[in-house]
Amino acid sequence: MSDIIRRDPRAEWIMRNRLHPLHDQYVSQEEGGEVRGPSGLIRKFPHKVGFIGPNGIKRIDRLKGNSSAPQGRRSSAAQEVQLPLHTVANPDYYIMVAADMVGGRLTSHDKDILGLAHKLIAEEGGNGAVVAVCFGEVKEEHFDTAGADRVLHIEGEEFEGYAPEARMQALAQVESQYTVKHWLFPDSIHGGCDLASRLAARLGERPATQAWQVNAEQAVSRGASASLDITRKTPKILMLLEECADAIDETRHEATPLTLETFSVAAPTITDQGLMDVDPNAIPLGEAEFILSAGNGIHNWDQFHEAAKVLGATEGASRVAVDDGFMPRFRQVGATGTWVTARVYVAVGISGAIQHMQGIGQVDKVVAINTDAGCDMVKRAALSVIGDSEEILAELMKLVAEHKQTSLSDQAEENSNAA
Amino acid sequence: MPHKVVSLISVGRHPQSGRSRRAEQDSRAVELGLKLAGTDLDVVHAGNTEEPTLRQYAGMGLPSVTVLEQDEKADAVESLQSYLQSEKVDIVLTGVRAESGESSGMTPYLLAESLGWPMVSRVADIVEVKDGEAQVLLALPRGQRRQVTVKLPFIASIDNAAQAARQSAFGPGLRAKMEAQQGSESVDEIRLNWEEVPAKARPKRLKVVKAKTAADRFKAATAKPQGGSGKVMKNESVEEKAKAIFDLLVEEKVIR
Repeated sequence: MSDIIRRDPRAEWIMRNRLHPLHDQYVSQEEGGEVRGPSGLIRKFPHKVGFIGPNGIKRIDRLKGNSSAPQGRRSSAAQEVQLPLHTVANPDYYIMVAADMVGGRLTSHDKDILGLAHKLIAEEGGNGAVVAVCFGEVKEEHFDTAGADRVLHIEGEEFEGYAPEARMQALAQVESQYTVKHWLFPDSIHGGCDLASRLAARLGERPATQAWQVNAEQAVSRGASASLDITRKTPKILMLLEECADAIDETRHEATPLTLETFSVAAPTITDQGLMDVDPNAIPLGEAEFILSAGNGIHNWDQFHEAAKVLGATEGASRVAVDDGFMPRFRQVGATGTWVTARVYVAVGISGAIQHMQGIGQVDKVVAINTDAGCDMVKRAALSVIGDSEEILAELMKLVAEHKQTSLSDQAEENSNAA
Repeated sequence: MPHKVVSLISVGRHPQSGRSRRAEQDSRAVELGLKLAGTDLDVVHAGNTEEPTLRQYAGMGLPSVTVLEQDEKADAVESLQSYLQSEKVDIVLTGVRAESGESSGMTPYLLAESLGWPMVSRVADIVEVKDGEAQVLLALPRGQRRQVTVKLPFIASIDNAAQAARQSAFGPGLRAKMEAQQGSESVDEIRLNWEEVPAKARPKRLKVVKAKTAADRFKAATAKPQGGSGKVMKNESVEEKAKAIFDLLVEEKVIR
């Protein structure tokens, strides 16, 4: 049942119409209707005047006396809203969107660009379709609501991992196989910019980089380290900044798969050796993924540093810990220090001053270890543990050490099995 | 055999004052070049010999700077390409994006395409050059690094994650020689048609509530941020508390 209040116009009409045969019945149903005082005057109960309208606002019907709340509220069951399906049959041209697909899913940047692609088709007219081009493992399930009319998933071992050359050749093959009107790329550090530049160099097109305001005729892009706005004719290849357009949210799209003819990929000149182990404390605090942060509640600093090392976390600190000289100034998190973007933030002994909470505004998951259950950090945290930080950190380190031991022995077993 | 390393430099722009300066990434490219080749490093600029910023680069300990003399409107890629073809170059280092002009970051890609060399972007460090191959560290988001092997000769664009440039010394910078060569004269025709104005601030995206009814709009406008605090563990044992934190860290994949 939905909680939308529905008016019953018929009941209201009967209430207003004193000559209606059902009028008395309706009025008597209602509580606190007409009350006559000792002298025979009609007394009004001011709190009962008016009724709550369908949009939640109190309404007073002054047309016919003090008409009161409608009778017989009807309410309909909430329905799952099915967005209208946008179909494109036999498109004349395509707009290719090479999505970043960080972690196999469309980023919000990708979705904005899919929205822009539809905007371009609407302005240019004709029967155009938006294609989401993606490589590698794809976990995205909502290409349809993101605005992809077609999905071109280019699979193959040679495109896995870091393979910009092979991917560029695949895109060049797409260009020769389909009628492509525009290539849209996210101008991001996740590979979109690199791939777009390679494709532009291969096709001999001059791209618009850092474009942020694009329509069918003109593209405005940033230049000279974002101090210039360059307006030019919209080129074929565009690298777009974030929030260049609004994502699709009112239509559903077909997301039918497209295929790419097989072609031969030239031997790569760049070979991927995999990710390196990075010292977590060498990562700048602002872009660290996992931060273990210390505040006034820490007394055993050696243990804290040890814990950060065992967990593989970047160290952070609150202002108090820095002012007291336990941590260097560049480790400070908060309004005066660094505004962090971590995914997981473990706050040990930090009660959560507002300046500190500003600094962790973009953090996904906060874990608080504190002795005070009523502090602000506990209110913000996804998981709060109330207790002595020293004991909990010691126990946590023990668990992580065990975990590493077992995963190492698992690996060793696998290796011996393989051998 | 020492390898021939070339660093390409451009005139930078200070983000606040707008004055010309050493470009951040280009000076890192010079720094990396000095690490790889010492003073044998060849530093090349396409533009004006009289440009005072070049002295700031030279002050990093360069005996000379090669300048391919050309007009401001001329295309730098052509002259750089013919220069690189004439010299026997192994490694070319550039910044990711210039701080002046179009700053499209296409120069290394266009050079790589026309020379037929591999191009690696966003390099944090070149670890080793051996047997016609180089071990290169790429800078990824969130401070991560990826190691790749590239065949020589190649072009690398240097990320801000590379080692910061050393201080520039004024005197040696003044004494450095500017070796001028003739650059290209072909004018970048496409760019002449562009309209360039100082950048205006981008509008911030507003949170638009697409509510069908006024009640929904009212709810959206007055809704408090989700204050539903998470799980609080108070009376459990220390082991259970630590286990809960550990499980969350494993679930979020920050402990591997």
